[in-house]
Amino acid sequence: MQPFNYKKARQAENAVALVTPDAEASYLAGGTSLIDLMKLNVQTPTELVDINPLPLSKIEMQSNNLRIGAMARNSDVAYDAIIQKRYPVLSEALLSGASPQLRNMATVGGNLLQRTRCYYFRDTSMPCNKRVPGSGCAAIEGYNRIHAILGGSDRCIATHPSDMAVAMVALDAVVQTRGPNGARSIPLVDFHLVPGETPERETVLQHGELIIAVDLPASPNASRSHYLKVRDRASYAFAMASVAAALDIQNGIIRSARIALGGVGTKPWRAYDAEKALLNQPANQAAFQAAANAAVAGAKPQKYNGFKVELAKRTIVKALTTVGGMA
Amino acid sequence: MKFRLRRRRLGQLMLVSTVAATFSSFVEKTVAQTSATKTTPMLKSSISETMQVTLQVNGTKHSLQIEPRVTLLDALREYIGLTGSKKGCDHGQCGACTVLVDGQRINSCLTFAIMHTDAAITTIEGLAQGDNLHPMQAAFLARDAFQCGYCTPGQICSAVSLVNEGHAKSDDEIRELMSGNICRCGAYPNIVAAVRDVLEGKKDAAV
Ligand SMILES: Cc1cc2nc3c(=O)[nH]c(=O)nc-3n(C[C@H](O)[C@H](O)[C@H](O)COP(=O)(O)OP(=O)(O)OC[C@H]3O[C@@H](n4cnc5c(N)ncnc54)[C@H](O)[C@@H]3O)c2cc1C
Ligand code: SF4
Ligand code: FES
Ligand code: FES
Repeated sequence: MQPFNYKKARQAENAVALVTPDAEASYLAGGTSLIDLMKLNVQTPTELVDINPLPLSKIEMQSNNLRIGAMARNSDVAYDAIIQKRYPVLSEALLSGASPQLRNMATVGGNLLQRTRCYYFRDTSMPCNKRVPGSGCAAIEGYNRIHAILGGSDRCIATHPSDMAVAMVALDAVVQTRGPNGARSIPLVDFHLVPGETPERETVLQHGELIIAVDLPASPNASRSHYLKVRDRASYAFAMASVAAALDIQNGIIRSARIALGGVGTKPWRAYDAEKALLNQPANQAAFQAAANAAVAGAKPQKYNGFKVELAKRTIVKALTTVGGMA
Repeated sequence: MKFRLRRRRLGQLMLVSTVAATFSSFVEKTVAQTSATKTTPMLKSSISETMQVTLQVNGTKHSLQIEPRVTLLDALREYIGLTGSKKGCDHGQCGACTVLVDGQRINSCLTFAIMHTDAAITTIEGLAQGDNLHPMQAAFLARDAFQCGYCTPGQICSAVSLVNEGHAKSDDEIRELMSGNICRCGAYPNIVAAVRDVLEGKKDAAV
């Protein structure tokens, strides 16, 4: 691991002021993504600003929102009573991710900014446009079983690995930041970028911009919601396909739907076409199947991940069936 | 017989990988040493070599002079001499390095020692009260919940935390909430039994 300078920040302003002027400086939250990649020399910051002392770990009701502080630990968010009751999909997504030890360290802000698990990205001896722009993509011609079928480009097909972000995208979450140019509110659907020509640019965040909190708006769908994650082993593995689904059903008719996908897209994937297909339809298998077909209509599978198209569809149908059956 | 053979093979594999790891870390060190002088101009001159870090481990304060990049696991094992916590994967994937920080289980390999100067750290060495084993240690012994024992300190620390968290009610939930601790020997059924014993006995697993 490269040596680095270490500082603790006590206030948000102080943290922003420390990171902004130095291109090689980085925030350090739980460390579970950053330290992992520093050990592999994939990330080599020369200055770490530890933001653990910042008072940003509260989960609190505001007038129209639930505000989750950026430093709230994944385990605290998952077991929070309000979240379990009103946003079960978020609690389930968090509990399906990583292990209890990691969830005790991982924070909301860090989880949104964790890097891809593409094994070529993590191996500095391989070409990777995300790690070294212009060096090529080892996955497109390589073993791409875990890669994306939605949102890829001819530069990069890596998936975004977060489960939490998938649930939050379905819940219309808004990211609150503070940066060198003041405060911003960014809808989470617009926060992550598809790779396009610039896979090294993963979010709209500017250097030095600090995530302060994530807001979840009050929603009629949210209490009737579910996260379904399919993976290679029963627990403690990243998603091959996952679905966050929320439905508002009145007299058997779907009045509004929220669907987001994980493990298949280059960013946490909001499935707008699937939602449209469900609107004003009876909550039955035919409608769920039509939504699943719509969700993967634009899919571009690679040599080794063609199975993800069918897997995503079945996962969507199963998740919607579960939500449709909720009292 | 078959089993014996397999174990021996595992032993050989371990030896090979240890040798390989030692060799590569040796290479890394020599490379680092030579490149340190060569690349100094690239690194910012202000990068401090070592800092004074005080850790409170099992009730005792330890003052260390270490670089910020020393992980909590390496600080415990290499600097304080508490070798109970094990290094398996060094990447958060196996749980062998699990310790308790302010009563909560974490992977000590994915966190820097310097981040925990205000915390109370408990390792496997801190669980027993003198000669009295912690109830979870006793349950692991009673249930024969280990073979080679390499994952055991992490399993026990994790299990102690699991009981305190209070979320596991069934065997399935125990399995799910112990999933961050991998056991190469496959002692899982007995580990679940040991954790269940402590849960059901409602023995106080708090530390
Ligand atoms: C073995 C293993 C298995 C895992 N399995 C899963 C899984 O199944 N599902 C899943 O979703 N995740 C999984 N994870 C990933 C884990 O959830 C993330 O590593 C974690 O959420 C990152 O949070 P952190 O606080 O540790 O981030 P850090 O590592 O501290 O930071 C990550 C990045 O975010 C930046 N950052 C952090 N906080 C802020 C902030 N407030 N403002 C601006 N920038 C910030 C840092 O500078 C850094 O660049 C796994 C990780 C491991 C190691
Ligand atoms: S898929 Fe993306 S992250 Fe993976 S090797 Fe290609 S460019 Fe790099
Ligand atoms: S050594 Fe820390 S999880 Fe494997
Ligand atoms: S007892 Fe050998 S690894 Fe678990």
